[in-house]
Amino acid sequence: MSKYNLDYLDELEAEAIHILREVAGQFEKPALLFSGGKDSITLVRLAEKAFRPGKFPFPLVHIDTGHNFEETIDYRDKMVARLGEKLIVGHVQESIDQGKVVEQTGKNASRNALQTVTLLDTIAKHGFDACIGGARRDEEKARAKERIFSVRDEFGQWDPKRQRPELWNIYNGKIHKGENVRVFPISNWTELDVWNYVKRENIDLPSIYFAHYRDCITRNGQLMAASPFLNMDEEDIVENKKVRFRTVGDMSCTAAVESEADEIGDIIAEISASKISERGARMDDKVSEAAMEDRKKGGYF
Amino acid sequence: MNLLKFFTAGSVDDGKSTLIGRLLYDTDSILADQLEALQQSNRKNDDGTIDLAILTDGLRAEREQGITIDVAYKYFQTDKRKFIIADTPGHIQYTRNMVTGASTAKLAIILIDARNGVVEQTIRHSYLVSLLGIEHVVVALNKMDMVDYSETVFNAITEKYKTLAADLKLKEVTFIPVSALKGDNIVHESKHMDWYQGRSLLHFLETVDVEDQQSYNLARMPVQWVVRPQTDELHDYRGYAGRVLSGSFKVNDKVTVLPSGSSSVIERIEIFDQRPEEVHAGQSVTLHLKDNVDISRGDVLVNADHLPQNSKLIEADVCWMDTRPLDESITYLLQHNSKVTKAKINEIIYKVDINTLEKENAVDFKLNDIGRVVVKTADELAFDLYTDNKANGAAILIDSRTNLTVAALMFRAVAD
Repeated sequence: MSKYNLDYLDELEAEAIHILREVAGQFEKPALLFSGGKDSITLVRLAEKAFRPGKFPFPLVHIDTGHNFEETIDYRDKMVARLGEKLIVGHVQESIDQGKVVEQTGKNASRNALQTVTLLDTIAKHGFDACIGGARRDEEKARAKERIFSVRDEFGQWDPKRQRPELWNIYNGKIHKGENVRVFPISNWTELDVWNYVKRENIDLPSIYFAHYRDCITRNGQLMAASPFLNMDEEDIVENKKVRFRTVGDMSCTAAVESEADEIGDIIAEISASKISERGARMDDKVSEAAMEDRKKGGYF
Repeated sequence: MNLLKFFTAGSVDDGKSTLIGRLLYDTDSILADQLEALQQSNRKNDDGTIDLAILTDGLRAEREQGITIDVAYKYFQTDKRKFIIADTPGHIQYTRNMVTGASTAKLAIILIDARNGVVEQTIRHSYLVSLLGIEHVVVALNKMDMVDYSETVFNAITEKYKTLAADLKLKEVTFIPVSALKGDNIVHESKHMDWYQGRSLLHFLETVDVEDQQSYNLARMPVQWVVRPQTDELHDYRGYAGRVLSGSFKVNDKVTVLPSGSSSVIERIEIFDQRPEEVHAGQSVTLHLKDNVDISRGDVLVNADHLPQNSKLIEADVCWMDTRPLDESITYLLQHNSKVTKAKINEIIYKVDINTLEKENAVDFKLNDIGRVVVKTADELAFDLYTDNKANGAAILIDSRTNLTVAALMFRAVAD
């Protein structure tokens, strides 16, 4: 008899690689949804570990709201060039131009909600049967209940009452035509796990994750990056602050935190001591107690 | 630091959600914005304190009805260990969700309301723990504050439970008297029960030895994916990618490929850019063999000197998970790790009344029913008995009409 026990990061990594390989083995046309955030960057690293020296058995798909941080797009393009993998971009602007969605107006307008339509269109256009995403169960309480293989109907909807039992490490990816599966390989990781992994693996991240000086305004108690995508008026006071971002989303809905953490060790220390959750900096979750559940039912990630 | 996955069995009435809420709250795992949302909620305890149970209710229907419907996963850590809690519903109509949450857990916390003692539900939960072969069991006797923190009450329930544990052949049972509501013996040791000398629940969770004890020989790795770059410089590269289910593989080990039965020797092991000499259960790896053998997804690589069972006819315990009852006339799909084959239920041997544990003859098998069946598969399966090796002894059934996962199977014997 022998005794061994994997370190938690090794265990989480091995689980995620196993899930990615199941996707490759079970689906005809999978895709990896890449947002430019640390979670999807972690997924890319895990895909390298799962499939190198072979190619990825899926393209990377980015849903571009058109309101991205410039740093994210730079990062994305450099990363794709380094990997030599295929990138497909779905543009929210196109959905707007086609009249499929209507741009929000008013002070708190954001394109975050619009990207669901572009995502569903992109899935349909390319016939993706599985979309890998970087959502984690510790982010939010509706996500805490979602399966690792999460089946969506033809309209992209999640039905929390009809979830398949997910037993042991056996993943049922069988679907009917028109349905697709959202797959979350890092479901069991926490925000801190991701950061510790990024550190251990020495993964390069977009610069906005690290403290930098930026013009900001304060909205609803949150620091927002001043940008042409934010509807600003004379009441908004622009201040230059040293900030960083904890999540990377649409510029109009991702809040910054004041921070001095300009290297990864400092960020880990800051998060360990922090008393605010990561999604606390997302305006989109503040709408109601069931905001995420409702968005997921509508097809959101 | 290692990771411990555990699940909680009990109902809202036993204070299960409150217990989890208390664990999170007292370990400072609840962040300020979540706490703020909690304080704004209308649900409060009778004495006006925050209802910690809300922390685990994720879905709107659950909040509205004040019950847990589905498994919720919660994460917290101390400086000793990281934890994943599968918070599973306790009511009988959600048995399948409990089985789901329990299937990946190494430890079970069974809640007993100290006022009620061992009840029907306790028997049912304990049976499921035994069925799924959970190695460690903690019986948390909750609401001790409601029975004056009485040692006599604690001892009486403990004695009764020990009989049940022996009947169910539970391996390791630890009893802890707690009050989730007041915080006694959850994280901090209780000031109200001097007679209890044991550890608090958290202290126990932090220190219980949960390392895998497995024979090196039980080496099994289902092939998930064949890595073949087919580039000029890697023309002959052929790696078998998968996760080691159990046991260990070493370079130069002789392996057999099942179901074909062909053999080879491990030439090289890769984990991305590393070339380990030896890999163990739980690791995702790529194996290279010396000979060019025909291997594809769904095949299993095993230690050539310790072969698993190989059969098309298997006796299995089954937990039925679909609203459509078991149908012996139709062909299902059986998924055993990465292998999928057609399967039929050949025979229902018995059904278990999970409240009384009596075996009964069954004509039908419905949602949440548990019992013993004989499964017949189209392809031979390379499996171990669940009691010997959980990781290679379980499977799911899929209804190809709906694609739903309709049953959990635990292999118990090769059928004649």
